[in-house]
Amino acid sequence: MTEILQQLVDGLGRGSEYALIGLGIALIFGVMHLVNFAQGDLITVSGYVTYALLTAGWSWWAVIPLIVLSATLTSVVIEFVAFRRVRGASDTTMLLTSFGVHFVITALFVMFVSPNVRTFDRPGWITNTVTIGSVRLEVFDLATLGVTIVTLAATAFLVRRTMFGISLRAAAEDFAAARLMGVRSDRVIQGAFALAGLLAGIASVFILMRSGRTSPNFGETPMLKGILAALIGGLGSLGGAVIGGFALGLLEVFLIARLPDELAGLTNGVVFLLIALLFIFRPGGIVSVRHAERV
Amino acid sequence: MAILAVEGLSCRYGSIRAIRDVDLTVDEGEIVGLIGANGAGKTTTLNGIAGLVTPSGGRVRFAERDVTGLGPDRLLRAGLALVPERRRIFIDLTVAENLKVGGVTASRREREERLEEMTSRFPVLRDKWSTAAGFLSGGEAQQLAIARALMSAPRLLLMDEPTLGLAPTLVDRIFELVVSLRASGVTLLIVEQNATRLLEVADRAYVMRTGDVAMSGRGADLLARADLFESYVGDTA
Repeated sequence: MTEILQQLVDGLGRGSEYALIGLGIALIFGVMHLVNFAQGDLITVSGYVTYALLTAGWSWWAVIPLIVLSATLTSVVIEFVAFRRVRGASDTTMLLTSFGVHFVITALFVMFVSPNVRTFDRPGWITNTVTIGSVRLEVFDLATLGVTIVTLAATAFLVRRTMFGISLRAAAEDFAAARLMGVRSDRVIQGAFALAGLLAGIASVFILMRSGRTSPNFGETPMLKGILAALIGGLGSLGGAVIGGFALGLLEVFLIARLPDELAGLTNGVVFLLIALLFIFRPGGIVSVRHAERV
Repeated sequence: MAILAVEGLSCRYGSIRAIRDVDLTVDEGEIVGLIGANGAGKTTTLNGIAGLVTPSGGRVRFAERDVTGLGPDRLLRAGLALVPERRRIFIDLTVAENLKVGGVTASRREREERLEEMTSRFPVLRDKWSTAAGFLSGGEAQQLAIARALMSAPRLLLMDEPTLGLAPTLVDRIFELVVSLRASGVTLLIVEQNATRLLEVADRAYVMRTGDVAMSGRGADLLARADLFESYVGDTA
């Protein structure tokens, strides 16, 4: 029981990162039908910002806002420089463009910084634990989970209640009809990229604190996990991406704990197998994007 | 005075020329009809005017301004709204949210006032305020589509087949609405398959045939020449 509770918190902490990145991917897919393979690079970029600032003697608390800011700005810049040119192009063109952006960013860091891993000190409190009854929990998991819940609640408010959010959902459903109503494409798409960047930036804070390093292709793993989260949830469904992220985090943690030691290396393989099974039985993901329709 | 003047408008879909050299004008305060058989180019004409389709030739002047090739969001800001073919309401958004998107260009206060106005003009919408629009009946959905376009307080409202698929009593309701809109100062250009009904309320009408304007005239005159336009319109319903 104790063990399950610990794994639950551990899995939700890990899932928080996937949920935040996946939500951003689902947001962008919703308005543009673009699966953004460059989403992980926001983490890479903010990783180098972190490295530079910590090396220059800044404290972690001062670096945190700049991680979020740099990820958000990078996302907006990528939209402006790359995706704006292919807006309305075929899905394949946009997919290839996002691959291109990813490889260009990776290459820039290899050429102008170093192909090697850069490490920095993790915050001291990261390994602290609290004991509640007989359950020992990592403070970091609890902090991650707490911040994520607040972030998701704020995002839900933004998307459900504000004019920006309503316009965003309208554009995701029928972009041309939204423009007919006066919704400006630039504003909605830039907004979606800024929000996706902000969410990736918050995830990046946790990822960088936990890993204490960055490298030119550092964002690839989080990017893949985010895309998986969005796919599991039913690409395009915002709630689905969040559920998908948490489900993926929990699945990984439970598998690592359950698999015999000699098979632990197969965790990812088993995860993909289970996801393949999910798609056989529910091709649309957990939350199939079903539209309200009069029967 | 002409609020809308279309000169030699042509639109293509790839190599297919959907409309060619369409000329039409709409004066302030008029109800103008656009009728013709399926495939005559009525919808393309409206879409070309409203910026959904980029014209391959010709000019569109709206409110003394050349607006040819402007995107639909800019035209809406200039005061031209379109209730598009098949309504295209946002089915996953609630009725209230659909209306709010319609009022996206207005200030918060204007938007609230207009929402209030729409609930009194369209009581059925008030009853379904928080329902996803996909659950509305055909008549409700059409009223929502019109109300959503009115949220921007347009000077000129284009309507594409507003009575398509509606029961006769609802068709009456829509035509009453058209007349009352004109009375409240909105100019209307309407595409309608129900040509006879449209001509009863329209000041003037254009009859389209295979991509261009075949004839035009006062609504009552065209009605009197039913034998003539029947051959163009095909279905006078």
